[in-house]
Amino acid sequence: MNFPSELQYSKSHEWLRMEDGVAVVGISDYAQHSLGDVVFINLPQEGDEAQAGEPFGDIESVKAVSDLVSPVSGVVCAVNEALLDSPELVNQNPYDAWLIKVESVRDTEELLSAEEYERFCAECEEAEG
Amino acid sequence: MKLIFEKSVPGRRCDILGKCDVDYVSVPESFARQTPPALPEVSEVDLSRHYTALNQRVHGVNCGFYPLGSCTMKYNPRIDEDMAALDGFTGIHPLAPESAVQGCREVLDTASRYLCEISGMDAMTFQPAAGAHGEFTGVLLIKQYHDSRGDTGRRKIIIPDSAHGTNPATAAMCGYQVVNVPSAPDGCVDIEALKAVLGDDTAGLMLTNPNTVGLFDENILEITRLVHQAGGLCYYDGANLNAVMGVVRPGDMGFDCIHMNLHKTFATPHGGGGPGAGAVGCKAFLAEFLPHSALAEEPGHIQVRSFQGNFLVVVRALTYLMSLGREGIPEAAQNAVLNANYLMEKIKGTFQPAYDRVCMHEFVLDLGPYKKATGVSALDVAKSLIDYGMHPPTMYFPLIVHEALMLEPTETESKETLDWAAEIFRELYDLGYKDPDYMRAAPHHAQIGRPDEVRASRNPVLRWEEA
Amino acid sequence: MSYVPSTGAQRREMLEALGMRDWRELYRDVPEEMLLTEPLNIPEGMGELEVRRAVSAMAAKNTRFDTILRGAGAYDHYIPSIARSVTSKEEFLTAYTPYQAEMSQGVLQSIFEYQTMICQLTGMEVSNASVYDGATAAAEAAAMCRDRKRRVTLISAAAHPDTINTVRTYCYGAGEELRIVPAKNGKTDPEALAEMLTEDVASFYVQQPNFFGLLEDAEALGQLVHQAGAMYVMGCDPISLGILKSPAEQGADVAVGEGQSLGLPLGFGGPYLGFMATTKKYMRRLPGRIVSQTVDSAGERCFVLALQAREQHIRREKAGSNICSNEALCALTAAVYLAAMGPKGLAEAARQSMAKAHYLAEALTAIDGVELVYSGPFYQEFVTTAPRREEILSALEAQGILGGLPVQEGILWCATEKASRQALDRAAVIVREVLSK
Repeated sequence: MNFPSELQYSKSHEWLRMEDGVAVVGISDYAQHSLGDVVFINLPQEGDEAQAGEPFGDIESVKAVSDLVSPVSGVVCAVNEALLDSPELVNQNPYDAWLIKVESVRDTEELLSAEEYERFCAECEEAEG
Repeated sequence: MKLIFEKSVPGRRCDILGKCDVDYVSVPESFARQTPPALPEVSEVDLSRHYTALNQRVHGVNCGFYPLGSCTMKYNPRIDEDMAALDGFTGIHPLAPESAVQGCREVLDTASRYLCEISGMDAMTFQPAAGAHGEFTGVLLIKQYHDSRGDTGRRKIIIPDSAHGTNPATAAMCGYQVVNVPSAPDGCVDIEALKAVLGDDTAGLMLTNPNTVGLFDENILEITRLVHQAGGLCYYDGANLNAVMGVVRPGDMGFDCIHMNLHKTFATPHGGGGPGAGAVGCKAFLAEFLPHSALAEEPGHIQVRSFQGNFLVVVRALTYLMSLGREGIPEAAQNAVLNANYLMEKIKGTFQPAYDRVCMHEFVLDLGPYKKATGVSALDVAKSLIDYGMHPPTMYFPLIVHEALMLEPTETESKETLDWAAEIFRELYDLGYKDPDYMRAAPHHAQIGRPDEVRASRNPVLRWEEA
Repeated sequence: MSYVPSTGAQRREMLEALGMRDWRELYRDVPEEMLLTEPLNIPEGMGELEVRRAVSAMAAKNTRFDTILRGAGAYDHYIPSIARSVTSKEEFLTAYTPYQAEMSQGVLQSIFEYQTMICQLTGMEVSNASVYDGATAAAEAAAMCRDRKRRVTLISAAAHPDTINTVRTYCYGAGEELRIVPAKNGKTDPEALAEMLTEDVASFYVQQPNFFGLLEDAEALGQLVHQAGAMYVMGCDPISLGILKSPAEQGADVAVGEGQSLGLPLGFGGPYLGFMATTKKYMRRLPGRIVSQTVDSAGERCFVLALQAREQHIRREKAGSNICSNEALCALTAAVYLAAMGPKGLAEAARQSMAKAHYLAEALTAIDGVELVYSGPFYQEFVTTAPRREEILSALEAQGILGGLPVQEGILWCATEKASRQALDRAAVIVREVLSK
């Protein structure tokens, strides 16, 4: 499993990358792997408010659905429209397949480094048995 | 197999109505349809053969063992069908005058009396069309009760984490916030956890007993007492009533309202997914909140569908109740429990029960250890059963057991069938160690191989379109 | 008679295998004081013949009318024999929801075909596998149209009273508001609707033909709804769609309706069938079971339940609806009915019903004192004034005719293709006799 070191991660398995003050958000390799084949992603619209720690959409596999939780507060300035037709991109390369971009970032959830997140995932795995 | 549309030939038809004996009138142009709906054009023999072929690709309770946990797939007696097909019932308009529907009233009143007696309730409605619909109705009784007292701060419904998904979905439809309480290790309600969430914001509790792992919660009186003490009401999900009918009554367990699935406990057929009927009963103090048809009965009440419900399903259930009678009802329950325990005992030693103790009418196997050892999942075992002509048990429910298979044999299976089923489970258990790949590719002799569900959900094709 | 096949000896053998002496040990978790000590207060069980006698006696207490001139949401249309014979097949009848696609292709394909037919009737792109009835379909539609900002539901006062009350109940549950758009001359008042279409309105429901049988100016109403940015829900009579414009042609975003007319008996109110269809855009908001075509491991066409992540067993309290069944056997009946009728037969059923209703209306209004209450074009139902209403209805009943439904304005009459000209003439004669007394 892949945990790129330049990204930050949330305990709800989203990743965050800052690009010139804009927060780019996606889900981690661990998340896509646990979900299985992603079949649909429900994303917000540009201009919607995102709240740190609150859901901004959800992601469906055949037999599961999971909230997408925003690691930052701000205004959604872009959504990855390609995912609406090709949700499998999230399975193929979760770190290219960003979900939303958020500008006017006000605050950020407490996030983990790649190393910390990798350890956290190992614990989750353990708990699942 | 071809679709009915692919058998269509332009100009082919059945002549059903014949000639019209009055003059046609023309439809005003602004309302007239220009292109007729592209329905299939087939003859009656085409239809007869098409649906016969489809029917051959259906597994009914009449075909064989159907141990689908939490669904109570008992045998559906044929006399019930005959009675529901009587002209004196099928031909009755729901808005016919009272004097003309005395027989229908007698059916509803009698069924109501019997079901009140079985459930320990005082009043009954047959308006809800299904179990989930009954839940919705039942929780609305709770909501109206609190509202009528001006007690509007009660915003929460408590539901065990082992509950069926309809319980939380129902509470949400009724505007309630759902509070999940974790189960104790034995699968029953964790009393301390329950106490921790009860308060003056508690509207009620939704509970199934026997619970969703097939165990009778022996603390039930304490549970309902605690909820009442906090000012909440107790809703009984009757999904598992088959285990206890005629033996113990939800009303005596402290419940205030209940739904019963006539299509499970009272043997009306499932019809491939419906129609069922979700009779809702309540204690006298809630009776004023029961639903009524605004048109057929009186306005000013809640209403969950048109008219008075799935009447012909009630006819079937009443026929069944009359056949069983006072001695047959507990006899059915006892044998449902006996059959489940016997089957569990016979399977034990291979697949392990999730809770190794006396169960009620159903039990859960935990295939977690087996999957670890063989790589064969609950799904693979379920699919393998299809090759033996057995309908698989319920898979991956309840959610609190990860690799769950839930079996409910019902009372209408003989000892021979149970012995046969146990033998197959034992065979498959061994096969998983010998040839796991074979099981992972099962079924091998079914109508189709495993379907591509990912494709169906990513790119759903929900209707036929001419190529 | 409990339908338990195991003999007494076998039951004892099974108990022994469990190390138990009697059945009480099976219930060892049930607190002793809770167990019933007395037998249920229900009569003793009966043999099949006895039950047949007893239940048939109840049926015999009902009055069956040779001619039914009452509709109001339940219609006495002709049921082809083939529809009855297909749906009494034991496998279709006794199967569960088709969770296991590998042994349920028959049910799944029949639902896929049903969904296709509903799309063809309504002109919509996506249909679900059906819901409980027309009234709940309207209520589910109201729920699927809500979004974060638009919460209010509007419904026409000219809709069926049971539909209005059911939608009201679902709104009460969800804590959402329902507002009733008044009717004028028996039809939805467009001016009132325009005023009521505020920014918080999610959807407006109109019934076509409406409760009084009148044809609503549905296209114009739809334009008002869309101009205001709300969604347009139409409740339709499925047989009428053989000759009337489809809901899609009239601008509907969601088409729903009561499918009882499609081969289901009156049955004192049920089971009936709610159909529900929408456009591709709203596919994932549609509640209930949905069947999709896909391929199996060998690449062959097959069918499965799809889009399940919308549903309660996965989404739990976040699901849009708690529905987890459909009226599969009723949907099957409807599909057989529609295939038996075909495009021509369905149009014929609609045309004949409309013709009979107009013939009856003419015959009744030729009588002094009986007039049409509303003037607009109607389909198979109409309201007349009715002096001495109770006497008229009793006189008809005495002659084996169930007359129209008493409503505030008079009598709501209905005629379908089943009523013969002779029966309609006779009804008119009886009404004339009562009023000339």
